[in-house]
Amino acid sequence: MKKFLAQIYIYLLLVMLYAPLVIIVVFSFTEARALGNWTGFSTQLYESLFTGGMRNSEALSAALKNTLIIATVSALAATILGTVSAIGIHSLRGRKRKAITFFNNIPMLNPDIITGVSLFLLFVSLGISQGYTTVILAHITFCTPFVVLNVMPRLTQLNPNIYEAALDLGATPMQALRKIIIPQLRGAMLTGFILSFAMSIDDFVVTVFTKGNQGLETLSTFIYNDARKGGLTPELRPLMSIVFLTILILLIIGNIRSSKQAKNKKK
Amino acid sequence: MNKRANWSIPYAIFLSIFVALPLLLIFVYAFRAPGGGFSFQNFVKFFNESEVINTFLYSIEIAAYNTALCMLLGYPAAYILSNNKLNKSAITIMLFVLPMSINALIRTLATVELFDILNVALGEGTLIFGMVYNFLPFMIYPIYNTLRKIDPSYYEAAQDLGASPFEIFTKVTFPLSVPGIQSGITMVFMPTISTFAISEFLTNNKIKLFGTIIQENINSSFWNYGSALSLIMLVIIGLTTILTGDGSSDSQKGEQSI
Repeated sequence: MKKFLAQIYIYLLLVMLYAPLVIIVVFSFTEARALGNWTGFSTQLYESLFTGGMRNSEALSAALKNTLIIATVSALAATILGTVSAIGIHSLRGRKRKAITFFNNIPMLNPDIITGVSLFLLFVSLGISQGYTTVILAHITFCTPFVVLNVMPRLTQLNPNIYEAALDLGATPMQALRKIIIPQLRGAMLTGFILSFAMSIDDFVVTVFTKGNQGLETLSTFIYNDARKGGLTPELRPLMSIVFLTILILLIIGNIRSSKQAKNKKK
Repeated sequence: MNKRANWSIPYAIFLSIFVALPLLLIFVYAFRAPGGGFSFQNFVKFFNESEVINTFLYSIEIAAYNTALCMLLGYPAAYILSNNKLNKSAITIMLFVLPMSINALIRTLATVELFDILNVALGEGTLIFGMVYNFLPFMIYPIYNTLRKIDPSYYEAAQDLGASPFEIFTKVTFPLSVPGIQSGITMVFMPTISTFAISEFLTNNKIKLFGTIIQENINSSFWNYGSALSLIMLVIIGLTTILTGDGSSDSQKGEQSI
């Protein structure tokens, strides 16, 4: 009985949490302009989203392209920077290690708006005109700490003897790194990349502060502007559904990968 | 192997430019008059503008309601999820964690549509409900984590010593879960105050929170005043962290993002 009540409570909360998302997905499959009005199953909204039948469809495809470019570049850069520095931090000791870990934690702990405002101030005081570059730099700033966090534990598990053996057998440190260490880190790097990619697509607040006013829009800022003009365009329902599903899938993959890595660690 | 340590240098430089320096700039701009020169002018303005002060206090009030509601709803959920007898599935906890990673803006717009369908008028009630929607997972997850870590032999010992289930909860489980509650409070309270754009959508532009005021000032080129407001927010963050004694949240926050 107790278990039954507990289950009911949990499922009620889950229904409450997911209801808004489910409604958007459900009503993306009907033609009605007004939400909550079911006029039969149809994929017409998806069609007009993809064939450009909606108003400002050009702006939307530009936003989509920007989002993907920004996410790819930032996630790649964050993965490389994060991995290199994780290797470095791993061999650091004492106060230096503490200092760099402390600063690495700041972007994860700060509310987005503080990250956004502070980077905005940086760019204006350095006189860098805001656009692609500044958004990408900002995204690298909040993605890299997560890559570092993913790669560090993997480094502690590595067997240092294999690396030493490679050196004894005549490999240069660079070769040993490329052939021994990097292959073993590949899994953690990929997890870091996937998480960074998802976070970059997902970001709204930091992007608003760093995108400048030259008309650069990403999906989230596009959705924001559209919603501010008085409610969502119906075509944004399929778009939001696609965004949900993409992020959910990326996260599920990322989650499974990290828990697998955690299991391997226990072995 | 020690040359390897040099590999952290590029990131150390990156962190100083993109994390340390920007935070420092908030201080610099906050204490500068728009025309230049050191000044407290921005803070004086804050304390003299009743509209901004009211928004600030109102944001704290809303954040307090939100935190309390998330705790009331979230604690039982975390307790059930962490208890092997009540919940065997690992998927349920993942279902609670996943919405955290969907952009709060998109989730909010979806919530507004839900209120629309249900014909609920947008206002303070929908604002608080929407905030609970957004932040509940952030309360459940850290509490769940600390509850999971409690050694079950404590319960057995308490039982052997004659404690009733209620006593076990009030004297063992709850005190041991306090660090999780503290993390939960830091992860719900501050972010509620700093949300921007969300409160407008949830209340049809009737209610603004502090985060929006900061954004509006920065956006209309009042950089110094906007920085001063950001600095005030940073101070509140520092205070809540000290008050809740939550020094260990970084490890949990790291897990949370995954």
